[in-house]
Amino acid sequence: MNLTLYVWRQKDAKDSGGFEKYTDECKDISEHMSFLELLDVVNERLIEKGKMPIAFDSDCREGICGTCSMVINGRPHGPWKKTTACQLHMRAFKDGDVIYIEPWRAKSFPVLQDLMVDRKALDDIVQAGGYISTNCGSAPDANSVQIGKEIADAAMDAAACIGCGACVAACPNASAMLFTAAKISHMNTLPQGKPEAGKRTLDMVNAMDQAGFGNCSNHLECEAACPKDIKATVIAEMNRAYAKASLTKR
Amino acid sequence: MSWFGKYIRSSVGAKHLMAISGLMLVGFVLAHMLGNLQIFKGQAAINAYAVQLKSLGGLLWIMRGGLVLAVLVHIFSAIRLSMLNSAARPVKYKKVKTDKSSFASRTMLWGGIIIVLFLVFHLAQLTLGGGPLQENFNLVDEFGRHDVYNMTVLGFKNVAVSASYIVAMLALCIHLSHGVTSLFQSLGLNHPKYNGMIAMAGPAIATLVLIGNCSMPIAVLAGWVKATV
Ligand code: HEM
Ligand code: FES
Repeated sequence: MNLTLYVWRQKDAKDSGGFEKYTDECKDISEHMSFLELLDVVNERLIEKGKMPIAFDSDCREGICGTCSMVINGRPHGPWKKTTACQLHMRAFKDGDVIYIEPWRAKSFPVLQDLMVDRKALDDIVQAGGYISTNCGSAPDANSVQIGKEIADAAMDAAACIGCGACVAACPNASAMLFTAAKISHMNTLPQGKPEAGKRTLDMVNAMDQAGFGNCSNHLECEAACPKDIKATVIAEMNRAYAKASLTKR
Repeated sequence: MSWFGKYIRSSVGAKHLMAISGLMLVGFVLAHMLGNLQIFKGQAAINAYAVQLKSLGGLLWIMRGGLVLAVLVHIFSAIRLSMLNSAARPVKYKKVKTDKSSFASRTMLWGGIIIVLFLVFHLAQLTLGGGPLQENFNLVDEFGRHDVYNMTVLGFKNVAVSASYIVAMLALCIHLSHGVTSLFQSLGLNHPKYNGMIAMAGPAIATLVLIGNCSMPIAVLAGWVKATV
C-alpha cells in the first residue's frame, strides 16, 4: 500500500519542531509489517537520500517494554485497542491513508528529538515508593505468605503496567494518575506491600504532583489508551488510600 | 494543620474538595427542586412552605453559609484545576481522537460558567427581588404571606425568563450527568458490585433534575399552572 505520513520532526529539545510530509518514502508498504517496521523502511529510504532518519524509541518490539511511544492519528499507540505501537500492524491501515505521527505531549515529558520524549518523571514516581523494604537473605519458604486468588489477580492486573506513558499521552489533562495508581495498587494490594501502604501512597502522589502532571477529571481516556488494559478503578483506590493516609499518617 | 494544607493542595485532595463541594451542591439542587415542586399543589401549599423555610431562622443561615462555602470552594477548585490541567500540556496535539470521554466530561468548565451566570440572575430575581421582574417580588397573598406562588408563575409567564431557565437546566443536567458519577470515582467510592449503579447515577440524577425543574416553566407556559392575581 502507499501512504502519506506527517511526522513530527524536532532536532533537539530546544528546536521548535514541525510536521514533515513523506510520500515517496512510504510506497509499497506490506500489510504484514508492524508499525515500527514501516518507520524502519521510511528511515532506510531517508538515509539513502542522505537525510536524517526519524528518531523514535523502541526496544522489545513484542509489547512488553513500553518504550515505543508515539501518537498515531490522534491515539497513543494507534487505532488498535490494548496494543502497543510495535504490535500494531499495517493491516490496520489501507492504501492511500494519511497518518499523523506525534510524540507524547506533556510538560513532564519533554521532547528529546522527533518522537522521543524523556519519561524520567515516571521513574521519579516509582523511586518515591514503588518498592518494599525488606531484609535480604535467603528466600522465604514458598506459600509461607498466603495470598487469595482474587487479591493475587487484582495485584497482577495492576502490575501489568509497562510504564509506557500512553495514559499521560491520552489524558486531556496530561495526568499520570493511571500509571501512579497502577503502581500503588500493585504494591498496596499484596501483604508484602501493606506495611508501607500509607507512606507509599503519599510519597508517590507527591512525586507525581511535583513532576507537573495534570489532574484527573475522570474522562477515562487513559483506560481506553492503556495497551495493558489497566482499569481506572485503580485511580479510585488511590484516591481513597491518599485520603486515608493524609488523615491518619503522622 | 500543615498536613491538611498539603492534602487539599495535592492533585487528589483538590479532587476531594471538588467532589465534596459538588455533592453538597447536588444535595441542595435536589432538596430545592422537591420544595419547589409543591407549586403543583397550589398557592397555599408553596406559600406555607416558604414561610416554614424562613422560620428556620438560624438553621437557614447555617445552610446558606454551607452553600456559599460549597459554591466558593467548587468554583475556586474548578479554576485552579483547569489552569493546572492546561499547563500540563503546553504543546497540543495536531490530531486527537477521543474514546471514553463524553461531551459532558469535556465541557464541565463551560457548563459551570453557564450555571454561575444563571445563578446571578436567579438570585437577583427570586431571592433579592431585583432585576427586570421587580414588581412581582412584592406580592402578598390573602394571609399576608410573601406570595411565592404568583411571583414564580408570573416570572415564568415571561418567555425569555422561562427559556433562559430551561437553557440553564440543560447545562446543569449535562454537568451533573458526568459530575455525579465522577464524584464517586474522585472520592474512591467504588466496588465491582456497585460500579454499574454508580455509572448510571449521574445520567439518572441529571435527568431527574432536568425533568423536575423544567416541568415548572413548561406547566406555566402551557397554562396548566395559572396565576391567581
Ligand atoms: C458554580 C459554577 C460551577 C462551576 C464553575 C463548576 C465547574 C466544575 C468543573 C470544572 C468540574 C470538573 C472538575 C474536574 O473534574 O477536574 C466540576 C465538577 C463537578 N461539579 Fe461543578 N461547577 C459549577 C457548579 C456546580 C453545581 C451547581 C453543581 C451541583 C448541583 C456541581 C456539581 C459538580 C459535581 C458533582 C462535580 C464532580 C466532582 C468530581 O468530579 O469529583 N457543579 N464542576
Ligand atoms: S517496543 Fe517494547 S513495547 Fe513496543
